[in-house]
Amino acid sequence: MTRSRSVDIKKPAPVPAEKDSGAAVPASRGRALLRRFGGNRSAVVGFGLLLAIIVVTAAAPLLAPYGPAQVDIGDRLSGPTAEHWLGTDTLGRDTLSRLMHGGRVSLAAAGLAVAIATAIGLPLGLVSGYFGGIVDWLLDRAADVLMAFPAIILTIAIIAAVGPGLTTAMVSLGIVYAPRMFRVVRGSTMEVRRAVYIEASTSIGTPSLMILRKRVLPNILPAALVQLSFLLASALLAEVTISLLGLGALPPTASWGSMLGQAFLEMRSSPSLAVYPGIAIAIATLCFNLIGDGLRDAFGRETRKAS
Amino acid sequence: MLRLLSVRLLAMVPMLLIVSFLIYSLIALVPGGPEVALAGNNPTPERIAAIREQLGLDKSFMSQYWSWLTGALHGDLGKSFVDGQSVRSAVASGFPVTLSLVVLTLVIAAVLGLALGLAAGLRPGTWADRISTVTASAFMSLPYFWVGMMLVLVFAIQMRTLPAVGYVPLTESPLEWFQHLILPAFSLATVPTAVVARQTRASVTSVMQEDFIRTARAKGLHPSRLVVKHVLKNAAVPVVTAFGVEANRLIGATVVIEQLFALPGVGKLAYFSVFSRDFPMVQGILLITAILIMLINLAVDLSYGYFNPKVKVS
Repeated sequence: MTRSRSVDIKKPAPVPAEKDSGAAVPASRGRALLRRFGGNRSAVVGFGLLLAIIVVTAAAPLLAPYGPAQVDIGDRLSGPTAEHWLGTDTLGRDTLSRLMHGGRVSLAAAGLAVAIATAIGLPLGLVSGYFGGIVDWLLDRAADVLMAFPAIILTIAIIAAVGPGLTTAMVSLGIVYAPRMFRVVRGSTMEVRRAVYIEASTSIGTPSLMILRKRVLPNILPAALVQLSFLLASALLAEVTISLLGLGALPPTASWGSMLGQAFLEMRSSPSLAVYPGIAIAIATLCFNLIGDGLRDAFGRETRKAS
Repeated sequence: MLRLLSVRLLAMVPMLLIVSFLIYSLIALVPGGPEVALAGNNPTPERIAAIREQLGLDKSFMSQYWSWLTGALHGDLGKSFVDGQSVRSAVASGFPVTLSLVVLTLVIAAVLGLALGLAAGLRPGTWADRISTVTASAFMSLPYFWVGMMLVLVFAIQMRTLPAVGYVPLTESPLEWFQHLILPAFSLATVPTAVVARQTRASVTSVMQEDFIRTARAKGLHPSRLVVKHVLKNAAVPVVTAFGVEANRLIGATVVIEQLFALPGVGKLAYFSVFSRDFPMVQGILLITAILIMLINLAVDLSYGYFNPKVKVS
């Protein structure tokens, strides 16, 4: 769905400085990257904000003033009050509590989808890019096929077959996103493979698997990390879309998507309900994007300096 | 060019074959088979058997696939499980709506995105650049369906200036067509606008440092002609690429937006078919979408040659 936010696959991936002579990313280089990332103000703000969101949503059962499905018919559609900071919905449920619990569901779902995409895409991309040949050709065609569909449409088509539910939806999404990780890892691996230190490792007889793990993997991780943060932004949006359509998180489970879906149905009677989940989603997405941009800049500058 | 086009079109054939097989295989994923999904709660074995026979599900999977594929080659995508309507005519009736929406979205994204990108790229580091970059970041992160909801809230519910739902064909009333589409198109356009703006900014800043720009300036070319003739044409490639990439996402996003704005397009049809587990409809829509996306990618690839003759499409 949002390959737009992905790194451009056709662009050469960062080629590591040759003075590293193939050592797995040394600590000093890691620190340098960290320093560059830390020097990027918007990336740090994004990272801090995201951390805060994760802590608050993960601790929702402890922090939230009310339960996510706690109904109080006597106090329906209240505006912001001392008891309900963000007001209540049509069933008198506390919006702030639902936002916190819902964020937990939405973020975990996005994480699951991206974890699956990475678990499939990363190893296949490494193998495909490093060994090439018929396996690479076949895997690349498979990626072509999966990427010929809009991610959302393919995902909901799989849901049509298997049935609705958030876990099903996110597993399907993970499979649909796998080529997006695969392409980036494959591209970077092909670049890295041409480096002198790989030739050196091969010529002294290091086994291929060892080269992949110790030499290639650390050098393609930057590109994979950048893609990871952009995929998380896309996956969060996809969870919201799917739950909004009523195919993911089903009521009474609160997720940012299902809250937004419900708010839409009641928009004419209680317009303010649609506002808060949208802001929450936008902030979380912005964080992922800022982190992705920051990482890309941090790694990118290194490339420029090395060349 | 013609030869290139035919080679590329031929290369799509094996790909389409695999795509179509994948699409048809979706049915095999249904727990218990589509007949169980369709038969409702507590169906009798007789009812299931009747549905199986009626839908031709008693034949082997491969022969079912084969008859679907040969049908599709003749333009027959089967009939809806739900109301018996032909899939082709259902998609054909929604297509103009979705096409209108997507085209209007791309026009908005191109105009706004180029303006933002040029404002930023011609004078990097100025306040214009900063405003444009912040706007692009915001557009990138705002969920499009939420933008749609907020637009409905402001323009349709509060100000009552634009309709919230429905569609009027262009041939009936161009003004009403535009009024019904502008809100959904604008909500869809946020991310593409941001992508185009970023790409334009990046390519404009790099083109501006080229020698031929310096030469053109030195010979006294008017700045506006410089932008149109030299900067824009050279900056077009990344923009076109962005469009190609965005088209895929955009078609997916129409599912939600058409639902939100009650537009009777293919996206709404897809949603309804998924909900009612109308497999022939879902499969038909998937196939048509995949073909469409392949054609868009091909068009994007071919346009590179036009914008930059240095790029030889292989």
